[in-house]
Amino acid sequence: MTAPLVEMAGLRVAFATPTGVSEAVRGVSLTLGQEKLGIVGESGSGKSLTARAILRLLPRTARLHADRLAFDGIDILTASERAMRRIRGRRAGLILQDPKFSLNPVMTIGAQIAEAWRDHTKGSRRTAREAVVALLDQVRIRDPGRVAGLYPHELSGGMGQRVMIAMMLAPDPELLIADEPTSALDATVQAEILRLIEDLVSRRGMGLILISHDLPLVGHFCDRVMVMYAGKVLEELPAGELARARHPYTRGLLACLPSLTHPRAPLATLSRDPAWAA
Amino acid sequence: MSGADASLALPPPTRRGGRRARVSGILGTLSSVPITLFGLILITFLIGRVMPIDPVIAIVGDHAPPDVIARVRLELGLDRPLPVQFGIYLLRLLHGNLGHSVMTTHAVTEDIATYFPATFELATAAILLALVIGIPAGVIAAARQGSRFDHVVRVVSLAGQSIPVFVLGLVFLLVFYAKLGIAPGTGQIDVMYDGLVPRVTGMMVIDAMIAEQWAVCRDALAHLAMPTLVLAYFSLAYITRMTRAFMLDALAGEYIVTARAKGLSGARILWRHAFANIAVPLVTVVALAYAGLLEGAVLTETVFSWPGIGLYLTVSLLNADMDAVLGATLVIGLIYVILNLLADLSYRVLDPRTR
Amino acid sequence: MTSRAWLLTDTPSSRGQAAWGRRYRAWLLFRANGLAFAGLITVLILIVASLAAPLLTAQDPNAQHLANRLAFPSAQHWFGTDELGRDLYARILYGGRITLGMVVAVVGMVAPVGLIVGCVAGYLGGRADRLLMRVTDVFLAFPRLILALAFVAALRPGISSAIFAIALTAWPPYARLARADTLTIRNADFIAAVRLTGAAAPRIVLRHVMPLAVSSVIVRVTLDMSGIILTAAGLGFLGMGAQPPMPEWGTMIAATRGYILEQWWVPTIPGIAIFIAALAFNLLGDGLRDILDPKQR
Repeated sequence: MTAPLVEMAGLRVAFATPTGVSEAVRGVSLTLGQEKLGIVGESGSGKSLTARAILRLLPRTARLHADRLAFDGIDILTASERAMRRIRGRRAGLILQDPKFSLNPVMTIGAQIAEAWRDHTKGSRRTAREAVVALLDQVRIRDPGRVAGLYPHELSGGMGQRVMIAMMLAPDPELLIADEPTSALDATVQAEILRLIEDLVSRRGMGLILISHDLPLVGHFCDRVMVMYAGKVLEELPAGELARARHPYTRGLLACLPSLTHPRAPLATLSRDPAWAA
Repeated sequence: MSGADASLALPPPTRRGGRRARVSGILGTLSSVPITLFGLILITFLIGRVMPIDPVIAIVGDHAPPDVIARVRLELGLDRPLPVQFGIYLLRLLHGNLGHSVMTTHAVTEDIATYFPATFELATAAILLALVIGIPAGVIAAARQGSRFDHVVRVVSLAGQSIPVFVLGLVFLLVFYAKLGIAPGTGQIDVMYDGLVPRVTGMMVIDAMIAEQWAVCRDALAHLAMPTLVLAYFSLAYITRMTRAFMLDALAGEYIVTARAKGLSGARILWRHAFANIAVPLVTVVALAYAGLLEGAVLTETVFSWPGIGLYLTVSLLNADMDAVLGATLVIGLIYVILNLLADLSYRVLDPRTR
Repeated sequence: MTSRAWLLTDTPSSRGQAAWGRRYRAWLLFRANGLAFAGLITVLILIVASLAAPLLTAQDPNAQHLANRLAFPSAQHWFGTDELGRDLYARILYGGRITLGMVVAVVGMVAPVGLIVGCVAGYLGGRADRLLMRVTDVFLAFPRLILALAFVAALRPGISSAIFAIALTAWPPYARLARADTLTIRNADFIAAVRLTGAAAPRIVLRHVMPLAVSSVIVRVTLDMSGIILTAAGLGFLGMGAQPPMPEWGTMIAATRGYILEQWWVPTIPGIAIFIAALAFNLLGDGLRDILDPKQR
């Protein structure tokens, strides 16, 4: 049995505020192998921070504590910044939510992807350019040669995300963290992008952490689902057993979904139990 | 692959529409210049002809003989209605006639041509020094926010905004000239080199180099050093502060997280990603800083007896030499407008997002 | 409930309580900023010292003792004496009155005018807006000190001309700011609601738009004050501001700059005074801006 890709035990992320210390992640544990894990939660549940902690990409004001945090056996807590830079990009990638903001506005698409590719595979300008075109083709962008010369503001949302995926997959990593990759996209485009991610991840044998606030989406595309609320994990279960979830929060989320086959009027709302945030 | 995949449809080519919009934006900026210049001229007209009790005395001075006074009164058309006077004023301006200086007895345009190069020399040297020190300082201060370096940079920058330029100049004279003796005195060159170098550009250092008078050149550089340092510090305070502020903004962007996630080195992220994004607004800042130097130059030249347009303006003020004052004001105002225009235009022309 | 708890509660029971709670939180934030707080204290000290000048020194700032000119600081004359034997400490204190008085006069003229012009231009839009902005642009196109110099040259050099000249060049940024704020607010729903109740334009601008534009103007005012102090000192230095024998700091430096090499303290001490005043206002302004409008930086 190979070492799990990610081992996390008792993760805590805290911020210092004028009125005291505020903990955004309060003791989260997970293990990830070569599988697709979905982390679901509402805004403020700490799901993004949990995933970014793996790559130590937290804001400067954040304090990170954990009983154990390791990537492929490498201790993240004590790793040097240099070691982290070797992990980031080359071994693990991160896709952010809105390509309008997550792509550098003053660099062409081709330059940004080539930068990711060349940082981990020493190559000439020409081989980089060929690699860029091949990658853009892999993410199913038409006319990749032309797109490589465009600037991010000239792309649609869906194209931007495809570029992000291409950029993060360029160094051929083992883990991909996708932080709400489709939340900024139209509904019609969302499924396309997720199918693309799923396809590439399966083909390359990568691990995937998919973060979202959309429970059915995650249930559809992932192997396992982890439900977070107020910095804690409330429930963890295989995606297939989602309908049989036990925690009242998860059940509440499922019950809120409108259904065409079982219409319910009025629509149910979630009533929060303060005990969940304890 | 479904044909109705919206994300694969490329956005409509924005090239042509974009360029047209860009050109019209530039034209818009340019079209505001004549209006501003007109306003400038109107203001100087009001200051020169309308505000003083007797505009003629203001121009020719208290001791002019009565026939001169009568002649000037006729020339200026002071017996005509105000709009006609303004028309005369405007016409004279367009012919390059800025009047006569009582003090130097030359035409004001001649005086300005004589004195302006020295100010240009000083201002350019100052801005170059300010850029070379200020921009890297601002970038690194932002990268190491909260560190000791950052605090030092902020304090130095703050002090530069709070200290009067002329006080700094006097203190420099005191410390480097009087106490330490490493800097020469005031003026552009030492008295003994006066007249040795033929005037080509009006900038002593350049003219000395052209004439291959190396001793004079060294002396000129030595004299240039102190006023340049004083003015540069002034500019540096502003440039550093703006660079740091812009960098902090840029470093908070999501694309920086992406860059870090790619595993890029800190230096590369700092310069190729963050700084590249602020380079264009920074050009605007530099143009404005250069414009701000004109004000500082007036005070610095007074302290160091630097024979530039600032000194010309101050001396004319003390002599109540109206034509000279207004002429210098107009020219400085014109340069200010041009620099602001360049600052505006640079943004439109250089930013790839406006393509 | 203690007053602090009352102010910091998460569930205020009245609008007044919420407003005071907000102000108190802002005050806490401000106080936490050491430099800004130091700036505030310094400004207060300056104001008090200037107003209480007669109480802080028995010397007459205009009394000349030619036998004791250019004296080094001593127990009798804390800052020494100037070129006419006048006590420098007294002159600095009384000079503070002039400087602060000029600043207050300028701001008192400039802020309301700029606010009104900007709000009117922003709210009315169209031709009035374009015209007013053109006028603003023309004044902004001039370097402040140069234009002020030209104005003072036409009038008689003196304090009132200097105040007027500085005010003329200082108002455009406020108009710009107020206009920008107004444009943001103009299309808000609550303005539409007030208009629906039949309020006329002047009432809307005065009672609803202007109060919201005031906070950025306040921040700008404090930041500008240091610039006004420096410009006023610059005018004094060039002989175009307050005239001797008034103890304005810039004028004092102009009169004594020849002594910089030997009796250096005579021109330097007023210079330090200007520096401290400008620095204090800068720190205060920075601190205020961080609280009231953190996006401005």
